[in-house]
Amino acid sequence: MKFGVVVFPGSNCDADAYHACKDALGQPTTYLWHKDHDLKGVDCVILPGGFSYGDYLRSGAIARFSPLMQELREFADKGGLVLGICNGFQVLLELNLLPGAMLRNKNLKFLCQYVTIRLENERTPFTCKGRKGQALNIPIAHFDGNWYAPPETVKEVEDDGQVVFRYCDPQGALTEESNVNGSIHAIAGLCNKNRNVMGMMPHPERAVEPVLGSVDGLVILQSLLEKMS
Amino acid sequence: MKARILVSFKDSVLDPQGQTVRNALHTLGYDAVEDVRQGKVFDLDLSGITKAEAERLVPEIAGKVLANVVIEKYTWQILED
Repeated sequence: MKFGVVVFPGSNCDADAYHACKDALGQPTTYLWHKDHDLKGVDCVILPGGFSYGDYLRSGAIARFSPLMQELREFADKGGLVLGICNGFQVLLELNLLPGAMLRNKNLKFLCQYVTIRLENERTPFTCKGRKGQALNIPIAHFDGNWYAPPETVKEVEDDGQVVFRYCDPQGALTEESNVNGSIHAIAGLCNKNRNVMGMMPHPERAVEPVLGSVDGLVILQSLLEKMS
Repeated sequence: MKARILVSFKDSVLDPQGQTVRNALHTLGYDAVEDVRQGKVFDLDLSGITKAEAERLVPEIAGKVLANVVIEKYTWQILED
């Protein structure tokens, strides 16, 4: 399985994502420059975390117009696997490949910490190796992760099982305190109706080796691998 | 020709930055301030187009790029030189 990691000016988790796919998962991985029009035949595109275009205007708002995003949209429309992490999630929202938008965290603070997220839907290519209700220990690092959508969109997303992860306490319970950024329904990760595009604020690529403090992010990469093999 | 675009959160969307500013104003004794909504101002310098073209272009730019219409609303006006 071949992974491609998109690089925007201001991406800063591209090398982490590359390392996670190439070394932790052991799969061929390549960088994809945002100005190119070539996805290089990859099976899964990762939009990494960081501050694309300095997060000017809004997080992900300028990256959305990068040349490569045309190919990404076509790839996604044809069922290609796309994973957006943190800033990558914000880009997917701006591209309208996922519903909703991000507001500033509820306490107006940049949050950089480990959180626990509960796996809500194991019937996606990103989570098929996990189990429903499983609590994963994965770090977050963001200012704008407070997911928002109008009530009718929230209902649609919930009814359709598009919620993949929610912030929870270490036991897997949803509490107000564990919803660190104030997202509606504590949503931490979301997929599209076709289940081939997922965005999540936590960083699975930073939790793939014991030395990093957690290996819980591996389940997402391993799910993708199983799906493609 | 100049154009000014104002972008702010929709009324249905919580504006925690505006609330923080309001709280600070209350701390300073400005109790008459009931609410604060924070937004962005964009001043565009336009050239080579007519006013009619600008009236088409400016809202297009506002809706497509400057505002995220899921959470934000915008108003615009063409300012004469």
